[in-house]
Amino acid sequence: MMLPEKFLLLVSALLLALPAADITAAEPRSGYEYIKQSTRDMQDDDFENPGMLTVEQGRQLFNMTPEGPGKSCAACHGSEGEGLDVTGIARYPVHNGSGVVTLQKQIDSCRENNGGGSLPTDHPDLIALETFVRNRAAGEAINVQTDGPMAPLLEKGEQLYRLRYGLIDMSCQHCHDFYPGQRIRGQTISQGMGNGFPAYRLDIGEITNLHQRIQQCLSLMRAEPFEADSEEINLLGLYIMSRSNGLKIETPAVRY
Amino acid sequence: MTHCRISLLPGILLLQLALLIGPGIANAEQQALPDDYCQWAVSDYAIARPLCGLDGNASRGMAIASDSGSGNCLACHQLPIPDVEAYGTIGPPLSGIGARLTEGQIRLRVVDTREINPMSIMPGFYRDPRLIHRPGKRFAGRTFLNAQQVEDVIAYLATLK
Repeated sequence: MMLPEKFLLLVSALLLALPAADITAAEPRSGYEYIKQSTRDMQDDDFENPGMLTVEQGRQLFNMTPEGPGKSCAACHGSEGEGLDVTGIARYPVHNGSGVVTLQKQIDSCRENNGGGSLPTDHPDLIALETFVRNRAAGEAINVQTDGPMAPLLEKGEQLYRLRYGLIDMSCQHCHDFYPGQRIRGQTISQGMGNGFPAYRLDIGEITNLHQRIQQCLSLMRAEPFEADSEEINLLGLYIMSRSNGLKIETPAVRY
Repeated sequence: MTHCRISLLPGILLLQLALLIGPGIANAEQQALPDDYCQWAVSDYAIARPLCGLDGNASRGMAIASDSGSGNCLACHQLPIPDVEAYGTIGPPLSGIGARLTEGQIRLRVVDTREINPMSIMPGFYRDPRLIHRPGKRFAGRTFLNAQQVEDVIAYLATLK
C-alpha cells in the first residue's frame, strides 16, 4: 500500500510528465466562431464580403493568357477552375518529396512552366490567384499530411509556435491555445486557425494570406517578423494549417 | 530568500531556448544591458525597492495603464477607470489590487511576473531586455516601459484599495 504522500508525488510527477501538447488537443474551431455576428454576415454574403473582389481579380488572372508562347491557368483547369482537384487543394501545404510546397508556390511554378513567369512570394497577383484557387475549394475539409516526411517538420513548426517573440514576449500558444474566447480589449481571441485564409482583414482593410497574417502578428508583438518564404514562416504556416485539419475552407473569410 | 536574478535567469532562459528550438533556427545573441537599466532584486516574491529609486505618480500611472499605445493594462485587465468601453479578460480584474498585494509584490508583477509564473502570458514591463527573443529592430535593447513609467503604474495600482 502506497503512502498517500508518495501517491500524490507520483501523480504530480506523472502530470508533469504529460506532454504540453495535450493543451492543444482541443477540438479545432474556426475563427468564424469567434467573430461578431455582423462580421459573419459580411463573410457569408458574396456581395458584402470585400475578399470577393480579390477572388474576382484572381479569376481574371487565372484566365489571362501570357504574352508569347504559353497558356492561361484556365486553358487546363477551366475558366472557373472547375477542373481543379478541390480535395487536393485542401491538402496544401504538401510535401513533394524534396520539400514543402505551399499552394502559392505551386501556382507560381505552374505559371512559370506555362510561360507566365515567376513572381516574388506574396506578390499581389499571386495572393489573388491563391485566393481564387482556394475559394474554389471552399467547404472542403483541410487535410494536411501529418505523417511521413511531414512529421519532423511539423515538430519544428510547433516549436516555433511555442516560442516567445518580441518585446510583448508572447508565443502563438499563449493567446491561441490558452486564451481563445477571451478578449484583448474588444477583440475575441480565436484558436488562430488557417482555414479562412487568404482572408479579408477588417483591421487593415486588406486581403492577407496566412504567412502575412503570421508576419503581422509578429510585428504586433514588436518582434522582427520572419521574412517571406523563410524556413521559419514556412514551418509555422505548415504547422498552423495542420492544426486546422478537419475545418472547412472559408476563403475568403472576413476577420478582424 | 534573496537571489540575484541577473546572474541566473539568462542562463536558464538560453538553455530553454536551446532546448526548444534546437540548433539552426534562431540564435540568441548576447547583447549588452542598456546603460540606463536599473538592476532590481527579488526577495520574498516582491521587489521592495523602487526602480532606480524613483517616486511614482498615480495619476500619470492611470494614464499609462489605459493608453493602448503605452502600458495598455486594459488590453488584458479590467480596471476601475471611468469611460472605458473595452477591456480585456485575459488577466484578473485589478480592482482592489492595492488591498491584496503590497507595493513590492505589485512591483514584481509589473516588472517581470515570470519570476512567479514562468508560463505567464503577461509581458515583463521592465524585463531584462537581453532575455527578449527576436525583438523588432526598433525595440532591441529596450524595456516595454521605462523605470519611471513602471513606478507610476505601481503608484496607481497601489491606490486601488
